[in-house]
Amino acid sequence: MIRTPEIDLVPILPELVLCATAIVGLLYEAFARPSDRRVHVLVASIGLAGTAAVSVLLWNHEGTDTVLQGMVSVDRFSVLARVLLVAIAAFALVYGTHYFARSGDEARGEFYPLLLFATAGMTLITAANDLIVTFLALEILSLSLYVLTGITGRRGSSEAAMKYFLLGAFSSAFFLYGVAMAYGATGTTKIRGIANALTGTTGDLAIVLLAFAFLAVAFAFKVSSVPFHMWTPDVYQGAPTPVTAYMSAATKVAAFMALIRVLDVAFQPITWDWTPVVWVLAAASMIVGSVLAIAQSDVKRMLAYSSIAHAGFILTGLTAADQTGIRAALFYLIAYSIMTLGAFGIVMLVSARGEEQTSFASYAGLARRSPLLAGLMTLFLLSLAGIPPTVGFIAKAGVFGAAIGAGYWPLALIGVASSVVAAFFYLRLIVLMYMQEPQGEHDRDPSLMPRVAIAIPAFLTLALGIFPGLLSDILREASVLRW
Amino acid sequence: MTDHLLTIVTFLPAVGVAILSTWRTLSDDGARVVALVTTVATFVASLAVLGRFDAQVPGFQMVEQATWVKDLGLQYLVGIDGVSLWMVLLTTFLMPISVLVSWSIDRNVRRYFLSMLILEIAVVGSFVALDLLLFFVFFEAILVPMYFLIGGWGGERRVYAAVKFFLYTMAGSAFLLVGTLFLYSRAASLGAGTFDLRELTGVAGTLAPATARWLFLAFFVAFAVKVPVFPLHTWLPDAHTEAPTAGSVLLAGVLLKVGAYGLIRFNLALFPEASRYFATFVAILAVIGIIYGAVVALIQTDIKRLVAYSSVSHLGFVVLGIFAFTDQAATGAVLQMVNHGLSTGALFLLVGMVYERTHTRDLGRMGGLAAIMPWLTGAFLFAVLASVGLPGLNNFVGEFLVIAGSFLVSPWFGSLAAVAVVLAAIYLLWSYQRMAYGPVRDEDHRHLPDVSLREAVVLAPVLALLLVFGVYPKILTDRIDPTTAAVVQHVAPADRETDLGQAAIALPVQPGDEEGST
Repeated sequence: MIRTPEIDLVPILPELVLCATAIVGLLYEAFARPSDRRVHVLVASIGLAGTAAVSVLLWNHEGTDTVLQGMVSVDRFSVLARVLLVAIAAFALVYGTHYFARSGDEARGEFYPLLLFATAGMTLITAANDLIVTFLALEILSLSLYVLTGITGRRGSSEAAMKYFLLGAFSSAFFLYGVAMAYGATGTTKIRGIANALTGTTGDLAIVLLAFAFLAVAFAFKVSSVPFHMWTPDVYQGAPTPVTAYMSAATKVAAFMALIRVLDVAFQPITWDWTPVVWVLAAASMIVGSVLAIAQSDVKRMLAYSSIAHAGFILTGLTAADQTGIRAALFYLIAYSIMTLGAFGIVMLVSARGEEQTSFASYAGLARRSPLLAGLMTLFLLSLAGIPPTVGFIAKAGVFGAAIGAGYWPLALIGVASSVVAAFFYLRLIVLMYMQEPQGEHDRDPSLMPRVAIAIPAFLTLALGIFPGLLSDILREASVLRW
Repeated sequence: MTDHLLTIVTFLPAVGVAILSTWRTLSDDGARVVALVTTVATFVASLAVLGRFDAQVPGFQMVEQATWVKDLGLQYLVGIDGVSLWMVLLTTFLMPISVLVSWSIDRNVRRYFLSMLILEIAVVGSFVALDLLLFFVFFEAILVPMYFLIGGWGGERRVYAAVKFFLYTMAGSAFLLVGTLFLYSRAASLGAGTFDLRELTGVAGTLAPATARWLFLAFFVAFAVKVPVFPLHTWLPDAHTEAPTAGSVLLAGVLLKVGAYGLIRFNLALFPEASRYFATFVAILAVIGIIYGAVVALIQTDIKRLVAYSSVSHLGFVVLGIFAFTDQAATGAVLQMVNHGLSTGALFLLVGMVYERTHTRDLGRMGGLAAIMPWLTGAFLFAVLASVGLPGLNNFVGEFLVIAGSFLVSPWFGSLAAVAVVLAAIYLLWSYQRMAYGPVRDEDHRHLPDVSLREAVVLAPVLALLLVFGVYPKILTDRIDPTTAAVVQHVAPADRETDLGQAAIALPVQPGDEEGST
């Protein structure tokens, strides 16, 4: 008698919905000439809304810890990731629609299916419980992002896509090496299996550590941590702003949550071996990101370096290697997504057409031209700098608190010191907006929809900054990983 | 309603903030009136706090406690004692004055008063917060509105001064954050994580002395930048000089006090042993600051910069008084905090009024103003005399107590500080002389108007208080004394054998071998 493996597809319904609607979008784009943007938006909206609904229902899903022979975890951690990623994708959808409509470029229908595919890869990677699945998800999201980066076909955009692709391919190779090493050392690619194999081992850890090192390189690349951050400024600057916004928020969320699963589950038995590595990555990212950001004269590049520094802050939380650390990192990821979506949304509105006005100079006197945008940008910048009562402050206090609780107070000191350095370049932009006169001619972008969208992160920046407790129940549940 | 008096006082300006930030078509005059009404209402509410304050009750009063984030042990915890009471009143009193003196601001009026009201919330909040993280939130939030006030409406080098102010203070408070989180994690390892100052006092007692000393330094740097303690003062002259008049008044009057207040409230309360350990070191810095500020003030030709440096000198007295650990010196320090706020506030108001007329702050280009504007220069002289420490005016009492109190501990510190009083007389009276007497240097000055009605309304209450607190400081000291006595007792219990309760906290962990090392 042949026993068919039991297949429970419910826990991966979000990914299935995303992929299904993405394929619908692709087919529409292929057969409808010319394609209508409104249809794309409708299909993508249905896909995202459906995914969000299914994900929320999964919160109370009763069943096994994993499905598909232990390939995919079923836990609230991944549910939180899915909801967050879908929300980020929804912003990218609004931004992107506006962006392409404004540039008068109708032939960008691929944007919508690619966005959904990237999101599917990202949600899958946070639930992956087998390094092979992690790799598959990593490739899905990476390939989609490479294309999205180059989607406008402008010179800077194509160049960025090429750079991203080449370096990204390297990091994927590293990841595969890491998986192979892990398999060699433990005989499995299952995250749980690796943990089981490592528990109680006292022998030679060389191959395991090598596996960890390769995986760490790949993850450090994806979260843009120093010294694997080189691609970040060029890609952030070259990609169309909605894609940058999406990439900076969503990639960080996805890669970090996958990293948490690898660190805190698979390599949990050798915590003492990996914390120093994370420590160094965190310190280097915070210092280098903050210091190099000072020299930038383009807002997107500055935000890119700032995202490198923020990767360092999140890694700081992960050094704690416990529930507190995971919770702090999750809160930080949510906070960072909010702030960065808001900031890039404003960057998009200010650079009224295409990518022409992202230099610092175009922000001079913004408070005069558009008080609302300047005010909101200030809010996001202060939050990125970690000034209370914004969500950025609570997030920072959380990760530093976690690190100090684990005894890593020097790392927290490095963190606060780089926050001060970071404040300097955030302030530079505020100075330009409020304390200098406008130069030259500027198109205004009076459109309403992105403004309404930006109001949401603005509200959350303050609301979660003043009432961070709103999230504590969710985070307490979500920080429990199952395998 | 009355149970939430402190919350009301703290967040009343939020009403004005809401109006100013949402009513986009509000006229400039409308914005001014909204700001004035809000700040006056806040002041009236704070008088109710004064009325309900009971000097006989030890510890914190009117405490309000509510859970903020349960998981993290964050609380909304506010309360007041004899020190913070006067700091709150000083703030709420100077606020309407600052609004009135800013009536002539005509650029981005709505945003200007918005910044001011947010500043008031943050400052009053830092004075009443008893939860360390809540305090930090308010403390750090002060930076943003002040940054905008200096950078948006200041003098020629305003952007430089604003950024310098922001970064200096933020760099200092970075250490405060790490220190606070460290205490929190210590509390968490002992049971429940909390930021409650009252509980952390016990938690800090369990630290090893070396750790406590490092934490003391972390807190100290944050507050020393704000006070400012020499050599961390270099942001101050720029910020004070470039800020608009109201900004200078609030900087000198209130913001510097947040630093001194933090030293009393947190450094002394949490780390009594480390406070004693570092007392001599801090006192030396304070005395250097007193002398240095005075000497540098002597050579200034910019009148606003001169007043700024005099603040460095005067705040040195405050720090010296705090770290002398005697009853007189501690009371004197708090008195000096209030009085310096009033007298230097008055000086900055007057400097601003003179500048609005002459369009110069250069003493070399003024002269003979006494004949042209007798009322204005008269008021100036009054404020100068108060600032110099003329007996009968307010500053005398505080300076005398600090010098007397620190003389008990070390005659050297007392004597050196007394020298600065003489220097203060020289630089302040000399600058007044150059400004008010002698020939008129600039013919345009001959037709300058004297004090207007609005300016008289601004000045009268401040000048009146200079006199009242000089003649009858008992109003202040009655309420300050019990609190400062308790602080001194907490830090230096060796001086009094009677207090066993306080010593019991420190005893099991740290035998008193270090006591009295100062």
